Amino acid sequence: MGFKLDSKIPEGPIQEKWEKHKFKCKLVNPANKRKYTVIVVGTGLAGGSAAASLAELGYNVKSFCIHDSPRRAHSIAAQGGINAAKNYPNDGDSVWRLFYDTVKGGDYRAREANVYRLAQVSNNIIDQCVAQGVPFARDYGGYLANRSFGGAQVSRTFYAKGQTGQQLLLGAYSSMMRQVNKGKIDLYTRREMLDLVLVNGKARGIIVRDVVTGDIERHTADAVIMATGGYGNVYYLSTNAMLSNGSGAWQAYKKGAGFANPCFTQIHPTCIPVSGQHQSKLTLMSESLRNDGRVWVPKDKEDKRHPNDIPEEERDYYLERIYPSFGNLVPRDVASRQAKFRTDEDKGVGKTGLAVYLDFSQAIEREGKDAIEAKYGNLFEMYERITAESPYKQPMRIYPAVHYTMGGLWVDYNLMSTIPGLHVLGEANFSDHGANRLGASALMQGPADGYFVIPYTLGDYFNNHELEPVDTNHEEFEKAEKEAKDKINKLLSIQGTRTVDDFHRSLGKIMWDNVGMSRKESLLKEAVEEIKKLRAEFWKDVKIPGKAEGINDELEKAMRVADFLELGELMAKDALQRVESCGGHFREESQTPENEAMRDDEKFAHAAVWEYKGENQEPVRHEEELKFENVPLTQRSYK
Amino acid sequence: MSNVEQMLTLNLKIWRQDDRNDKGRFVDYKLEEVSTDSSFLEMIDMLNDELVKEGKDPVSFDHDCREGICGSCAMMVNGQAHGPNALTTTCQLHMRSFSDGDTIVIEPWRSRAFPVLKDLRTDRSAFDKIIAAGGFISVNTGNAQDANNLPVNKENADRAMDAASCIGCGACVAACPNASAMLFTAAKMSQLALLPQGEVEAAERASNMVREMDELGFGNCTNHAECEAACPKGIDLRNIAHMNREFLKSKVSGK
Repeated sequence: MGFKLDSKIPEGPIQEKWEKHKFKCKLVNPANKRKYTVIVVGTGLAGGSAAASLAELGYNVKSFCIHDSPRRAHSIAAQGGINAAKNYPNDGDSVWRLFYDTVKGGDYRAREANVYRLAQVSNNIIDQCVAQGVPFARDYGGYLANRSFGGAQVSRTFYAKGQTGQQLLLGAYSSMMRQVNKGKIDLYTRREMLDLVLVNGKARGIIVRDVVTGDIERHTADAVIMATGGYGNVYYLSTNAMLSNGSGAWQAYKKGAGFANPCFTQIHPTCIPVSGQHQSKLTLMSESLRNDGRVWVPKDKEDKRHPNDIPEEERDYYLERIYPSFGNLVPRDVASRQAKFRTDEDKGVGKTGLAVYLDFSQAIEREGKDAIEAKYGNLFEMYERITAESPYKQPMRIYPAVHYTMGGLWVDYNLMSTIPGLHVLGEANFSDHGANRLGASALMQGPADGYFVIPYTLGDYFNNHELEPVDTNHEEFEKAEKEAKDKINKLLSIQGTRTVDDFHRSLGKIMWDNVGMSRKESLLKEAVEEIKKLRAEFWKDVKIPGKAEGINDELEKAMRVADFLELGELMAKDALQRVESCGGHFREESQTPENEAMRDDEKFAHAAVWEYKGENQEPVRHEEELKFENVPLTQRSYK
Repeated sequence: MSNVEQMLTLNLKIWRQDDRNDKGRFVDYKLEEVSTDSSFLEMIDMLNDELVKEGKDPVSFDHDCREGICGSCAMMVNGQAHGPNALTTTCQLHMRSFSDGDTIVIEPWRSRAFPVLKDLRTDRSAFDKIIAAGGFISVNTGNAQDANNLPVNKENADRAMDAASCIGCGACVAACPNASAMLFTAAKMSQLALLPQGEVEAAERASNMVREMDELGFGNCTNHAECEAACPKGIDLRNIAHMNREFLKSKVSGK
């Protein structure tokens, strides 16, 4: 076997591609839509919006989530905002500019046609969300307010206090629940996906575990949509929620879906630093803080004075020094890397030495405490609750943390993976953010895929594929269920000495040290070997109490960590092959004399797509060439 | 609050219940070397780590984002929903709020409409049913006009946002002597009724959501205001007054 990567990008000028494609997509007659059943895994912004929109069209939707309610999906934690090209402030924004910024921000490793469509539908998202009752911030005239975000030169970010993700998700959730009430969505909560089932090469169902009863269930459908989010928790500590995992994507990969650019991870510069061994997750502080906060470390690494006692001239405001024109507002990847360079020089601050200062004293002096409180009050409170230090009185301590994964399952222009019938939406796919995601763009992609892309492209799939009836007694379902049960029994039978978290922590350390903010050949090779060893040990020595029936938290975690132990290795291999620096992926072998990232467009202007070849077999790396016809390739410079 | 890290020894009394049918019981645990910098849930993680190493069943609890927004975590800490600190979810509660030698009693939410699934986990799907009954604006994808065609008075928009901050954790129900879900239901209802796009179906919404709430076995409001005090997001009690007004309007209009 082996797959062919056909991106199915429509012909013609980029502005017309989506319109023409929508027209070419064959329609399913309204009376026939009710004959199709669609499984949607995940109820975040991408999955929730897809489930609601497809049910509204008349499809029968089966929606699955790992939580007790669809409203808890991790989209809820996004703080800052959502971008759209409305140009309400009349400051020069346009679909073209949003497209351009996103391609450039992604460091030229995203597909132009997809990004252009994303920019096009961004405006529809705002309209739709307002109609749903999403309470975006407004000015005194009653019109929608905008702010600039993440270094954008226009104000195109819509926001709902510091809870934009929550409000957008609750909008999608309410639309979904309306369809649940109408009987068009069957909602399955507290279900964990264990496998994807293919019949005659097409995605026709899934195997799930009811985490309350422990029952293994089989579900059939005519198409499967995965919107299972990102895999940042492979690093153990990240800003992702505790249940966020890579298992759905990993199961699909092992069934033949290509996995694109697994090494593209985003490390967010403004998170609250690790405080000790007990730490279970990291908390992000919105990057809007960099609009007023100044980042610094002491010039002298021996300087252990309280930050307020270090005089101005003995501080190194390193972002302002190195990047005079962008200063503290350089993109996320640049800010993160520079923080790492400072702590590598032993100039880090705080008790662990793994932090830098983010200082608001001058902003408070300039604008007054009240003005700063109005902008960042809730963030300052959150910081104080966690650290017991007040950012009004002394600088915050921040450090980069894993935040988002740009890599994911490969999809074509229709958002379909290399498995016919398996569509992948939101953070789970690879398509729109290239090697680095811009702020306020994740909230744009989920709803774009779910509300405005999949409702068109899914109908085209149904029209072009003959789908024979399949029921849950099919041998493929038998087989998949047996494999899932065997895996569970095997895990429970090991009864070793180390806890699941202990293994996860060890994996996280390898990933962070070797496949983190700065990568090089020797460390990546080491990571591949270390992960293999750790995986073998896991399968010999993990300790999971309890049984397969009923709630078993340790068993759930073990299944996710077992997958991370394989995914981590693929990430290291992908990073090893990409001998260039682009976006969040910094290879020490590919930098300028000033330690700036250097892309290699000759060799690497492509998406690397990995094909699974079986256990203990080397996966095969394919390439989808990326053509830049509208945004000319240039090295990013923020000097 | 001191920001100097200390190590605590704690006596925990935790509700353990195998499943929905088990009677359940308190079990005592002694936990040492708990950092004041750790969060309350990280303290339970520590206990669970010890239990797992001993081959015992860890304490099961709902949790996910651990930054106070997903609404998963839910426990009574010394008799208070989400513990002693105002405007704080359990995951955002830190151990520096406790002292060395403290006894801490940890229980699940107690309400007929939220049956216990295991230990500290309850089934809160009743909240989803209330939303499904009417907690939405009936607009299909694609129907929307330009977002700025409909200006919304800023004060109303801000009040709608405050009501919309609800995280659906259920602390309001847990804290209420009547196990009433009125603050939860009212928050969604007033968010939508305050906006012109939601006003159109306000009467039907009020009628449907209240009916569902009653059928699910939640109690009624008798103005104790415990819900407001326990709410980690500070949802205002006046939302209930707003809901009552919307409900009355729906009755008068015969919806």
